[in-house]
Amino acid sequence: MSSGTAACPGCVAAPAEPARPIPQDVQIALSLPGIHCSACISTVERALNATPGVEDARVNLTLKRAMIKAAPDLRAADLIPVLENAGFEAHELDPGALSATQADKAGRNLLMRLAVAGFASMNVMLLSVSVWSGAADATRDMFHWISAAIALPAIAFSAQPFFANAWSALRVRRLNMDVPIVLAILLALVTSLWETALSGEHAYFDAALTLTFFLLAGRYLDYRTRAAARSAAEELTALEVPRAIRVVDGIEEEVAVATLSVGDLILIRPGGRMPVDGEIVSGQSELDRSLLTGETLPVFAEAGTTVSAGEVNLTGPLTIRATAVGEDTSLHRMADLVAIAESGRSRYTSLADKAAKLYAPGVHILSALSFVGWYIYSGDIRTALNIAAAVLIITCPCALGLAVPAVTTAASGRLFRKGMLIKHSTALERLAEVDTVVFDKTGTLTSGTPELTNLGDHSRSDLEVALALAEASSHPLSVALTKAAREAGIKPATLKEVTEVPGYGTEGTYRGQRVRLGRAAWTGAEEGDQTAAWLAIAGQAPSAFLFSDALRPGAVEAVQALRDAGKEVILISGDTQGAVQALAGKLGIQNWIAQALPQDKATHVEALRDQGHHVLMVGDGLNDTAALAAAHVSISPASALDAARVASDIVLLGNDLSPIADACDTAVKATKRIRENFRIATVYNIIAVPLAVVGLATPLIAALAMSTSSITVSLNALRVR
Amino acid sequence: MEVLAYLIPISLFLGGVGLVAFVYTVRSNQYDDPEGDARRILSDEWDDKPKP
Repeated sequence: MSSGTAACPGCVAAPAEPARPIPQDVQIALSLPGIHCSACISTVERALNATPGVEDARVNLTLKRAMIKAAPDLRAADLIPVLENAGFEAHELDPGALSATQADKAGRNLLMRLAVAGFASMNVMLLSVSVWSGAADATRDMFHWISAAIALPAIAFSAQPFFANAWSALRVRRLNMDVPIVLAILLALVTSLWETALSGEHAYFDAALTLTFFLLAGRYLDYRTRAAARSAAEELTALEVPRAIRVVDGIEEEVAVATLSVGDLILIRPGGRMPVDGEIVSGQSELDRSLLTGETLPVFAEAGTTVSAGEVNLTGPLTIRATAVGEDTSLHRMADLVAIAESGRSRYTSLADKAAKLYAPGVHILSALSFVGWYIYSGDIRTALNIAAAVLIITCPCALGLAVPAVTTAASGRLFRKGMLIKHSTALERLAEVDTVVFDKTGTLTSGTPELTNLGDHSRSDLEVALALAEASSHPLSVALTKAAREAGIKPATLKEVTEVPGYGTEGTYRGQRVRLGRAAWTGAEEGDQTAAWLAIAGQAPSAFLFSDALRPGAVEAVQALRDAGKEVILISGDTQGAVQALAGKLGIQNWIAQALPQDKATHVEALRDQGHHVLMVGDGLNDTAALAAAHVSISPASALDAARVASDIVLLGNDLSPIADACDTAVKATKRIRENFRIATVYNIIAVPLAVVGLATPLIAALAMSTSSITVSLNALRVR
Repeated sequence: MEVLAYLIPISLFLGGVGLVAFVYTVRSNQYDDPEGDARRILSDEWDDKPKP
């Protein structure tokens, strides 16, 4: 069934050989969040393959994606309706952002090495078992020689990652966990070869191989966890297809954002995001700047207004002339703040590193001491070397190498099922230390969609007029008004000549009188400090429809649970005093700061850090990025800007905020398991090391001890689930 | 003990076959969509003949 390799979907996710370049083949990638069964697969594939222009389509259920090989003129926009008719939600993905060639090659390499180490260790173990059960003399020697013939090439291939890591650490005169590992493997091989040549009794070929196998298993688990997070994070990035409409001599053409240059005229449709910095040439509209500043109130825009990349155009089409593109845009300059803020990740030393720091020198000293001791005692370099090798093998951090990845894999899997993506490998450990949580307001605690608050203040006839006007517009406030009025059972009044005036509002004629719904100044009202749309009916004073930002589902629960867990919750927003105060009151947050500039947020987080707090920052906007990077650990929702998601350690996939408190719990539990695992590994060393030092350890004891501790540690990790 | 002369090469050969088979499956992208492949087996399409 997986015959055509060129068309197979996985090629983009994991291209194996450079000889099979994928992007030329796969032209369209679609994300299909709703598929879940074999019927879905065949329906989607049949629908796509029946579309003219599609050469081949294949669904990948694991990644919930479809890869489509199609004629050059076919666009994703043509295929999405096809799938929607078939009953599937589909989003276009940017194939360029999906190909992680380099990363997946690493995964395959690791898997291959793991397989070789596994096969070789099984074969060698088989031979070793016969030796342990009594093979003697020539037979034993032959078994040892065969083991050597398998072990040497197998280790030369599979243990390469350890060799490379150890070498790079030694080159800068440092010790890491890989140095004792490599030393143990090499010493085991050398002494075993020597013993075999002298037809000695003990050879450690099996130990060297199982060691490599267990350690590679740890590495592979670690890699898989991060790869899963990366591919999901990639998908989020790929959802924003970087395209813009360039106007050349009155003709509109769709181009990639990267090809835009200063001076280009660009058309931005309502709902579109500014791809570059520029100045409006024609059109009137309103801009949503909340991702950049945190303000919820839309800003009026007309010809001459300067716009920044990242702002969202709300009502009317706008044509802008680009003044800064790519790296020079204010969006990028703000993202650069991230680089300036000292990252929480770089300051943190992981538990594994801390353990390695204690462990590596200790092991070396112990092994060297037993070598010297036995040499002085027996005067025989062969015995001394054998004992030293046994000590190194016994102490080798098999369990230590599995202790952290096994736990993080289990914990990340648990959190992923709850809709959280752990992007950074030490994020869980850092999350466990958190004592202060800083929230951003707009887009984080609130969903960014307005909600009508004073429906009851208006007369029924006013509401009917307002509803009729609101239905003619797709402005977020109008949509919210329509929804609220419809739910209250209001029927729209019959209006004539309803027109939308972009940037101002909608107007029409009601029983011969002009009626308007829109901005304060346009309807003859005074601007207030709350988000409002004003209804003006000739002969009446304008009345205000007030809106507040709807709370994100789970926000109340998340804040409550965090406070119950004894954490301090702080709200910092760029929005106005009134809006922030209202929300803080609703959630019961005592500590809040309004009208904070991006720098203020970061400085505040840094100040908290200097007071010795471990800060968790939750934010979505560009104005949060610096604070996200400065915090000890950070979370951003999937709806956040790309820059914010990149700066954060954990991404919240769903709409619901409540998993945050749960994540803190899981993190604490996971860290506890990691420490337990270290303790298990230590206990086993305390028992086994004296045996090795006094020269009682046989290869059988080494193999038993190694496997038992590795399995105990893995089982303990599973308890996190 | 002469039987070892046959058995050891046979066991090594079988291990090698397993390894080669594994390498082949990795190289031909057979671990890219484990969930999808598990479901596809239930579909009636291409039951008569393999997909060209």
